[in-house]
Amino acid sequence: MEPPPARGRDSAAPKLDTAGEEAELELGLGLSVGGGGGGERAGAKRGRILTARDFPSSVGTKRAADEAVSQEPGGGSPTSGSQVVGWPPIRAYRMNSLVNLAKAPRAEDDISPNEKGKSKDGSEDKTRTSGKSDVDGREQKHIGFVKVNMDGIPIGRKVDLNAHACYETLAQALEDMFFRPAKTVDLTGVEENRQVKKSSKLLNGCSEFVLTYEDKEGDWMLIGDVPWGMFLTAVKRLRIMRTSEVNGIAPRFQQTSERQMRKPI
Amino acid sequence: MNYFPDEVMEHVFDFVTSNLDRNAISLVCKSWYRIERFSRRRVFIGNCYAISPERLIARFPGVKSLTLKGKPHFADFNLVPHDWGGFVYPWIEALARSRVNLEELRLKRMLVTDDGLELISRSFVNFKSLVLVSCEGFTTDGLAAIAANCRFLRELDLQENEVDDHRGQWLNCFPESCTSLVSLNFACLKGDINSAALERLVARSPNLKSLRLSRAVPLDTLQKILVRAPQLVDLGVGSFSHDPDSETYNKLLTTIEKCKSMRSLSGFLEVAAYCLPAIHPICSSLTSLNLSYAPGIPGSELTKLIRRCRKLQRLWILDCIGDKGLGVVASSCRELQELRVFPSDPYGVGNAAVTEEGLVAISRGCPKLNSLLYFCQQMTNAALKIVAQNCPNFIRFRLCTLDPVKPDSSTNQPLDEGFGAIVQSCKGLRRLSLSGLLTDQVFNYIGMFAEQLEMLSIAFAGNSDKGMLYVLNGCKKIRKLEIRDSPFGNIALLRDVGKYETMRSLWMSSCDVTLGGCKTLAKKMPRLNVEIINEIDEMEACNDDGQKVEKMYLYRTLVGPRKDAPNYVWTL
Repeated sequence: MEPPPARGRDSAAPKLDTAGEEAELELGLGLSVGGGGGGERAGAKRGRILTARDFPSSVGTKRAADEAVSQEPGGGSPTSGSQVVGWPPIRAYRMNSLVNLAKAPRAEDDISPNEKGKSKDGSEDKTRTSGKSDVDGREQKHIGFVKVNMDGIPIGRKVDLNAHACYETLAQALEDMFFRPAKTVDLTGVEENRQVKKSSKLLNGCSEFVLTYEDKEGDWMLIGDVPWGMFLTAVKRLRIMRTSEVNGIAPRFQQTSERQMRKPI
Repeated sequence: MNYFPDEVMEHVFDFVTSNLDRNAISLVCKSWYRIERFSRRRVFIGNCYAISPERLIARFPGVKSLTLKGKPHFADFNLVPHDWGGFVYPWIEALARSRVNLEELRLKRMLVTDDGLELISRSFVNFKSLVLVSCEGFTTDGLAAIAANCRFLRELDLQENEVDDHRGQWLNCFPESCTSLVSLNFACLKGDINSAALERLVARSPNLKSLRLSRAVPLDTLQKILVRAPQLVDLGVGSFSHDPDSETYNKLLTTIEKCKSMRSLSGFLEVAAYCLPAIHPICSSLTSLNLSYAPGIPGSELTKLIRRCRKLQRLWILDCIGDKGLGVVASSCRELQELRVFPSDPYGVGNAAVTEEGLVAISRGCPKLNSLLYFCQQMTNAALKIVAQNCPNFIRFRLCTLDPVKPDSSTNQPLDEGFGAIVQSCKGLRRLSLSGLLTDQVFNYIGMFAEQLEMLSIAFAGNSDKGMLYVLNGCKKIRKLEIRDSPFGNIALLRDVGKYETMRSLWMSSCDVTLGGCKTLAKKMPRLNVEIINEIDEMEACNDDGQKVEKMYLYRTLVGPRKDAPNYVWTL
């Protein structure tokens, strides 16, 4: 096998999504529903993860125009972090700490020593909270890797939420993880799907999937309702759920379906 | 035949501390085997599945210190599912049941539970030292049990663990009678810390030499602690930001000057660069400095600091320092032995990244360099050759180009020649990690020259089975081989199956070995566990021997297939 052609790879800059702007939520997954619904892209070997926008009852989804997540191999959407699993080889713990690097105010920033001092001076509290260095004063979240489970797949994965700036790239990454698990770095930009047989099983008549997350209160929510930044502060873990598991689907799940979904994953 | 009574032999053996030497002793004759095994106090088990706790206890009933490692190294990079294995509870349980007088437990990449920690704290009266590195599965409740019940605790060292912080008052659980602490490291904890409890603990620990604080410990608490413990040798700073005009900060300045024993600094998990001058007084005696977790210190402040650290032997830094900053390191730190440069922006097109220039500068200024971990934007063969020439003493050489297959940035050639120069020059090289564009030729060099090599990490490299064969044939001392995304298949895997019994383990993921190849290997070598990790549905793959295996991990073992493997891990 010839060595891969030399290629100066430019890492794509993450597509920044300003807070408040709804990210596009056409989350495609590498599966198709056998024959029936969901085949919006005719002939495409892909189905979709359903999200809040698919449900007419969804409130407050000010969705922009339908802009499909690029289905081109090689990924049109710039998944800043998930091109190669486990590269660069940095311990997950250290990767998570890089979150602090990104968020911590730099010394060049215009934060006067007095301002910073204020939060630390004063009465001696018995306990101190960490992370008050954020400019807006919010406690910093150590969001980094969160668990992702998919119904029917026994092993979970972890995805680095900080490698993403919008739902689009996150969905792309999850697709890569769960439907193209053997993806290798192929520098001509064509994904090498090594597990053709496995994905074709998925192609034949599996149900559609829904991307959900568990928030801090323990509720399972549909991805896409809230702005990305807010999602980051609320999310505890993700689950790619079969739509058949979801009861009375709506952007906000009902009590009964919550109980169902609290099965151990 | 012994000319001396057993007690004399035992006394002699007491002077032999290295486990390798002790292993050799035990092979001399049955009598020496017997004497040695009863007097062995420290046992190191590099793969917890190579042996069982029962057999450990049977052979070394007097063991006092146990080191265990669990998951394969690539688990650090999310290549291994979290519940793959490495459960420590059965070990603790067995040791407790057999009333082993355990005093020290050191774990790496293992799954630790609160129950396990509680069991330790209740079972081993003389327990003194707990060191957990890259472990997970436990919470601060488990730490509370250790604190509360281990009356003679000397060391609690938590390095880079994922700990669920229940925000309980685990620090409060150290009883007032606990005055034996020598080393306390809780830098990886995320939750709040009771500052008053911490101060009191430090105040009653006169032997405290090493203290590493978490981010939640603010500067004023640090100042109070240092007043109580000016004898500290190793300090990990939590939060280091404060109004420099305040009384607290000024107190800190005077306090730090009194810390004459300080040799090692780390942490600064939250830091304001303008506070850094406070540590200038102690820089001249520092031998170890780790700023790799310190966010956002500009290069200029870093160099101001490092210029003063003329005795530095170990430096861990972020690539924000830049090539120029590394030049300052090279001219200031002539005693440098270990350098690690981590990327501050692993995915981006880092402006702050370092290149081959920084590394060349270091090699020119630091001839004693023997251990390197270097994440860089680019590298050249020419640079590596210069480095090889200037620094022939490398024991560990790990180079990581952020683009895993990047060629020589000036010639566009593979980096074979550069790495070849390294292995040829550094005759004592024990650990090597490769990256960049690499062909089979680099493995030819490694097989030819890397005679002492024990651990080799390969990713996205090579052209054919020949590459892997060069390594397996040539590296007589190889113990751990881990390979990902490289075109090595069954031919290489099966050429010399006996080789794997001389090694600890082999990891291959996203390579070309097939299920059939792995099955063949497993059949020929009953004393290897050949484990396959299956991502999705097992049933189909079971029948297709021609299918490539996603992840294979094999290791020698004396106790057969493990019984705690999750259902997606097959032992063939």
